Amino acid sequence: MANENIEERIIELLIDITGEEEIGDYRDDDLFEEDVLDSLGAIELLVRLKEEFGIAIAPTELEREEMNSVNKIVERVQERL
Amino acid sequence: MSFYAEPAFFILLVPIVGIAVLLGVNEKPLGRYGLGASVLMLLLLFSRSIESLVFFACYLVFSLRLARWVSNLFSETARTDSDSSAHSPHPKRIALYRIALALQIAPLAVYKVGVLFQPDFLGFIGISYITFKAVQVLIEIRDGLIKDLGTLEYLYFLVFFPTITSGPILRSRKFVDDLNAKRTRDEYLQLLYRGAGWFMLGALYKFVGAPVGQWAMWFLPSVIGAATPAAATGANVVYALGYTLYLFFDFAGYSHMAVGLGYALGIEVPRNFRAPFLAIDIKDFWNRWHISLSTWLRDFVFMRFSAAAIEHKWFKSSVTTACIGFVLNMTLMGIWHGLTVDYLVYGLYHGLLLAGCELMQRKWGFYKKHRREKWFKLCSWAVTMVAVVFGMALFSGQVFHNPLG
Repeated sequence: MANENIEERIIELLIDITGEEEIGDYRDDDLFEEDVLDSLGAIELLVRLKEEFGIAIAPTELEREEMNSVNKIVERVQERL
Repeated sequence: MSFYAEPAFFILLVPIVGIAVLLGVNEKPLGRYGLGASVLMLLLLFSRSIESLVFFACYLVFSLRLARWVSNLFSETARTDSDSSAHSPHPKRIALYRIALALQIAPLAVYKVGVLFQPDFLGFIGISYITFKAVQVLIEIRDGLIKDLGTLEYLYFLVFFPTITSGPILRSRKFVDDLNAKRTRDEYLQLLYRGAGWFMLGALYKFVGAPVGQWAMWFLPSVIGAATPAAATGANVVYALGYTLYLFFDFAGYSHMAVGLGYALGIEVPRNFRAPFLAIDIKDFWNRWHISLSTWLRDFVFMRFSAAAIEHKWFKSSVTTACIGFVLNMTLMGIWHGLTVDYLVYGLYHGLLLAGCELMQRKWGFYKKHRREKWFKLCSWAVTMVAVVFGMALFSGQVFHNPLG
């Protein structure tokens, strides 16, 4: 799977979860600080990542700082594929 | 001996911390020593009741056995036998794991029901808090996050004396990391200085702040009296405010001391309070008040429930999922505090507040437009504080059993 392809799919997923269309333009912003993601959004993300990519990340596996931006989420997914 | 209350406890801390400091500054590991010190302190804690001590010892053995059992269920060899993938274990294993979880919670559940009928029902100090730690371990073994928890490590995690009676609730992986951390002399000294600061602040809270709160809740209402309905209401409000101050200083004071003591033993005990009276909404409040409890419930109840709800599409919208999750989460917190009307209503009340907050933040255009403005934050803070103090009045039993007669 090409890297850009993964990135695009994750951004689409995030737009779907957060309703924030421009999320792809701010890839290093802290999504929790910007109120784009909250605990429930984060959980929805984990569930969707499992459905889309078949990777299971337990709710307490990662600290918030490890997946609080678009780029970090992409990294965490790539590590596990 | 009761912890953090009797002079004997503080006097004993002098040699216990003294030896820890000697080990720490000489860059020696603190684990074995901390375990030994904890065992000694727990013998003193339970010295008044041999039955409690025996029950506690049985509980430890029982918890160690359960963890071993669940470890074996989800070990690498067990996984490859019959699973299609590592992430979807065989249903039979999941069923056994659920039985293990139920068994781990059973002693606390039996105790909570038992004390309703018999105040001296068999239990031990800290049974409520130790249950959180043991349950976390089982869940994270199942998640594959805990792979090799040694028996002595797990035992020390459970008996770690600074937090045994009332938390802060430790997490095992962080605890083991701290235990195995090799600190230089300077790193240990820095930790020790920070710990000393926490301990002194905690002592100030508990032995100065808390008595002031107590004085306010008992003395001021009697001055106001209850001659008119307005005075009676005023006395009740002052009592609730006094109780809120008392509970904060007492519990935050205890927690800060536990943090400080933990640091001296090389364990970075998590902070339990972060200026809760500056919270601008009720979610913010729970990120600042009894933090180790609220984050534990968030991680192991709210998030698990929400994940299951989203995965199996139990509800139409994510707002509904969140609201139901909050009510469930906080009602469980109320039950954990005790099976009395006061605690149950307290839990339900906070669940509904959180659900209301969620609805406001997601659905109310006015909120979205003005939430970053100063005046809005100020109003939101004021409403939050009123809600918090009323919650404290529920928690203290003031609402259902008027203490002012």
